[in-house]
Amino acid sequence: MALSFPIFMDYHSTTPVDPRVLEAMLPYFTQKFGNAASRNHAYGWVAEEAVDHARERIAKLVGAQSEKEIVFTSGATESNNLALKGVAEFYKDKGNHIITTVLEHKAVLDTCKRLEAEGFRVTYLPVAKDGRVDPDDVKKAITDQTILVSVMFANNEIGTVQPLAEIGKITREKGVLLHTDAVQGLGKVPFDAQAMNVDLASITAHKMYGPKGVGALFVRRSKPRVRLAAQMDGGGHERGNRSGTLNVPGIVGFGKAAQMMSEEGEADSAKILALRERLHKKITGALDEVHLNGSVRDRLPGNLNLSFSFVEGEAMMMAIKDVAVSSGSACTSASLEPSYVLRALGVGDELAHSSIRFGLGRFNTEEEVDFVANLVIDKVQKLRDMSPLYEMFKEGIDLNSVQWTAH
Amino acid sequence: MAYSDKVIEHAENPRNVGTLNKDDDSVGTGLVGAPACGDVMRLQIKVGENGVIEDAKFKTFGCGSAIASSSLATEWIKGKSIDEAEAIKNSDIVAELNLPPVKIHCSVLAEDAIKSAIADYRAKQAAKKAVTEGAK
Repeated sequence: MALSFPIFMDYHSTTPVDPRVLEAMLPYFTQKFGNAASRNHAYGWVAEEAVDHARERIAKLVGAQSEKEIVFTSGATESNNLALKGVAEFYKDKGNHIITTVLEHKAVLDTCKRLEAEGFRVTYLPVAKDGRVDPDDVKKAITDQTILVSVMFANNEIGTVQPLAEIGKITREKGVLLHTDAVQGLGKVPFDAQAMNVDLASITAHKMYGPKGVGALFVRRSKPRVRLAAQMDGGGHERGNRSGTLNVPGIVGFGKAAQMMSEEGEADSAKILALRERLHKKITGALDEVHLNGSVRDRLPGNLNLSFSFVEGEAMMMAIKDVAVSSGSACTSASLEPSYVLRALGVGDELAHSSIRFGLGRFNTEEEVDFVANLVIDKVQKLRDMSPLYEMFKEGIDLNSVQWTAH
Repeated sequence: MAYSDKVIEHAENPRNVGTLNKDDDSVGTGLVGAPACGDVMRLQIKVGENGVIEDAKFKTFGCGSAIASSSLATEWIKGKSIDEAEAIKNSDIVAELNLPPVKIHCSVLAEDAIKSAIADYRAKQAAKKAVTEGAK
């Protein structure tokens, strides 16, 4: 098959809708367009039935005990907001302390900042060099004021998978709720809310070949029964947890995507892992001073986050514009700060500036991987020929000993 | 971010990439920026007896705009006297490359690199003169 450009290797940012998902959704735009809350005619019943069917499929993927534990939202940002603010507000008489990690997505970190401004106390746990949280740190941070621990399942930049089952044992034993932002890992690495003692989980459709604009929050209903203060007032949809007319076509697509993940996720992951290993081996076989960011072992199959020493990330992305990737370089962010995730790992700023995240997914091929590997090798060599740092490195100069003029 | 055509052109076909002998008396070297900030430029000039810049080379670690700014700087200063080269301002580079506000620091760095290379050349010449006069 001929390659089409740019080759998409940014599956952590979003995924294309699988054609089978789109096919399932289409009738719900034009023919079966009813409002799932309409109780008095067939249009409403058909829509409600489709939503319930999707809810069951998603419940199964998450490992819920009941489909009633799935609350539909507009996406993971809303799910994270609802989980943290909803729990904080409902349980504020029980305590005012929340524990999370420095590696969380902004949707969790900024929600925590908001809660801090409202008087809650938040502990941001550090991570090891591989990006993992030490469950023992969680245990030590829990006080009699702690109401919630929020630890992401898998990180979006470096792909590190957290020891959630171990953390779940601790939170359950201590009687503290556990929330996880499961957006990146769900369907890709084994996840089971029941077995892992997860009480709330944020998920979204568009990271698993479903449409954008639809997500869900898993909210445990027994042992323990988790309560939330709703953050959206209105018609009392989703058992009062989230008002607003349901996005029926989106939910149908989400359900189809979840079903496919349940059935094909494992095989998908094996294939994607093989592609990632191929890409990694080819690149490191040809180039020196390439560093893997994150964990070698506990990692999303599709994630390859590499720092190419002496080459700046944005220049690199410009040079490899035939492939769509992302970078932790400051130049690519609005804030002009290098990635806070890489900084939290203790990766130096220079390596953060040199990082490229390859995110592989369902539709990547071996041919694409080979093309990208060759392109990367060629361009890194060219950029290094142009880099004063590489020349100094080759001359044996210790770059840390140079007096740089910071600007 | 969308780049201007001129930035893309320079970044893809950079002029005057390379290294001059930094121990040569007629060569001035400027090294500015810091790896932790994501930009390091090294700009070198070779100055003739008549005070005209005969050759200029650069190497840059940085984004496409930083590479383009240094590439353009070497192109501009070749054939100029060091006094003329010293008069180049970062705003000239911004205008030529259509740099957006977030990339202005790249042009500042290029101006600093020119000035730093000239200062190094002058310092070498002054030291050489001192040695020669001292020998008299």
